[in-house]
Amino acid sequence: MNIVVCIKQVPDTNEVRIDPVRGTLIREGVPTIMNPDDKAGLEAALRLKDEMGAKVSVISMGPMQADLVLREALAMGADEAYLVTDRAFGGADTWATSCTLAAAISKMDYDLIITGRQAIDGDTAQVGPEIAEHLQIPNISYAEAVRVEGDEVVVKRQYEDRYHTVRAKMPALLTALSELNDPRYMTPGGIFDAFREKTVTIWTRADVPVDDGNIGLNGSPTRVFRSFPKTVKAPGMKIEEGVDESVQFVMDKLREKYIL
Amino acid sequence: MSKEYQGVLTFAQQVDGEISGVSLELIGKARDLAHDLNTQVTALLLGSGVRPLAQTLVEYGADRVIVVDDKALATYTTEPYTQAMTDVINEYKPEIVLVGATAIGRDLGPRVAGRVHTGLTADCTKLEIEPETHAFHMTRPAFGGNLMATIICPEHRPQMATVRPGVMVREIRDAARQGEIVDFLWTAKENACYVQVEDVIKKVSKKIDIQAAKILVAGGRGVGSGENFQLLQDLADAIGGEVASSRAAVDAGWQEKDRQVGQTGKTVRPNLYFACGISGAIQHMAGMEESDYIVAINKDPDAPIFGVADVGIVGDLFKIVPKLTEEIRAYRQQQA
Repeated sequence: MNIVVCIKQVPDTNEVRIDPVRGTLIREGVPTIMNPDDKAGLEAALRLKDEMGAKVSVISMGPMQADLVLREALAMGADEAYLVTDRAFGGADTWATSCTLAAAISKMDYDLIITGRQAIDGDTAQVGPEIAEHLQIPNISYAEAVRVEGDEVVVKRQYEDRYHTVRAKMPALLTALSELNDPRYMTPGGIFDAFREKTVTIWTRADVPVDDGNIGLNGSPTRVFRSFPKTVKAPGMKIEEGVDESVQFVMDKLREKYIL
Repeated sequence: MSKEYQGVLTFAQQVDGEISGVSLELIGKARDLAHDLNTQVTALLLGSGVRPLAQTLVEYGADRVIVVDDKALATYTTEPYTQAMTDVINEYKPEIVLVGATAIGRDLGPRVAGRVHTGLTADCTKLEIEPETHAFHMTRPAFGGNLMATIICPEHRPQMATVRPGVMVREIRDAARQGEIVDFLWTAKENACYVQVEDVIKKVSKKIDIQAAKILVAGGRGVGSGENFQLLQDLADAIGGEVASSRAAVDAGWQEKDRQVGQTGKTVRPNLYFACGISGAIQHMAGMEESDYIVAINKDPDAPIFGVADVGIVGDLFKIVPKLTEEIRAYRQQQA
């Protein structure tokens, strides 16, 4: 079985700060990480490999620095890594990103494609289902448990108030929730191999069979019109008194507001 | 852009024959947009045996309801819903399509956008028509809520957006409202994208959905343990509210995921929100800052939550919450 896992390198959004004057992101000194949902997807793939044997390939689209997350994936146990990188792919929205990744994946052998549900920098949850659409295969979003039976994949699919047990004939794509598992750590031997022995295959524009009209900024239906820091409302009162005074203050306010 | 595409289409999500709240909120927002564009609101209702729900959508503000009633649409799966929605979009050519950012909508939306080749803006918190150019401005949080971005879709139609539940406001139901109900003739086409649903397991919860609650008592890391949440439950019971939670308390296993408020949880806007032992990560505040009145209790005077609180109490929640519960009980008894 061939499993392809899509991985994104993201800034750790818990560490992101905004320049209050310019209203832009301060990326300096912000660590990059493997997107958490993608890491759960990789772990799910590696567990299927452990249980039943599979070749796990990881693919990422991004700048050359994304090499690092692919090496991390190799160190965790992935067999092959591909980096789709070219200036021509830059500025892509979810449509252009999914077109590019789907075209790259179409060159690979795949039975199962796993993406994270969403990336923590964009939070769109669109690239997975859109890749499946371009490849004309089924997608199952929000996977919380996965097993493979013959040529079918069976997924526990999460909804707000329920689960569906969903069965799909492979090839199929699923999007992984971080609830799926606790990803393994890299092993020292794995790290050694990932950085010294294994290679990350680089695919540039010419290697990806996709139309010019579907890539990069020009192939993106959406545009960022403007971005701005969130306006925060003026803070209210802050009380640093004893317990009784504080409680009394809250009680007065709740009565004043007719909440009580 | 050509005038071929006109009108605002909303996806009227229903599950088990019950219209999801966000469907009505989308119609409410669509009315504003349609007013600014001088056009009409159409709701799209997909399902099996759902036609009787169409009138409800009219009463909440839809000028027209397109119903696709077919056995293939009984339980949500991606492919037949995508086909039905795509067929309706291709037939009626709406200028704008709104979908709830639910576990269904965030699966259906990208698949439909992929099929009709257009842009989709996820999880919008603000939708506006620019008065002069009539451009559709879709604003959403990015980078975990650290930044807001306004997105446009200039060359492709329809312009699609998903909107999180609890963000927009539904109109008041008006039983006198009239609308057109259209039965759309449709049959599912075979392809390789179908899946089978073998089992449906409902999560049992006797609690009220936190998005429907008027008062929420939310706890975070500072609550310290699952058992300690009982103090918050007591306050919630005394004041007539529900317990909610930050992501930290869900990750720690103290609360269920369906109680979680924030970027990866639910967006809430209750009349009163207590934040107890919640420091106020930007991802949490993104889900609750629209609450009418916010009371924060935290022992750290520099906690960011105080930045959005109407009343901030610097102190020990283990002393303040029980005392407040006691006072509210006493007050209620005195009133009764």
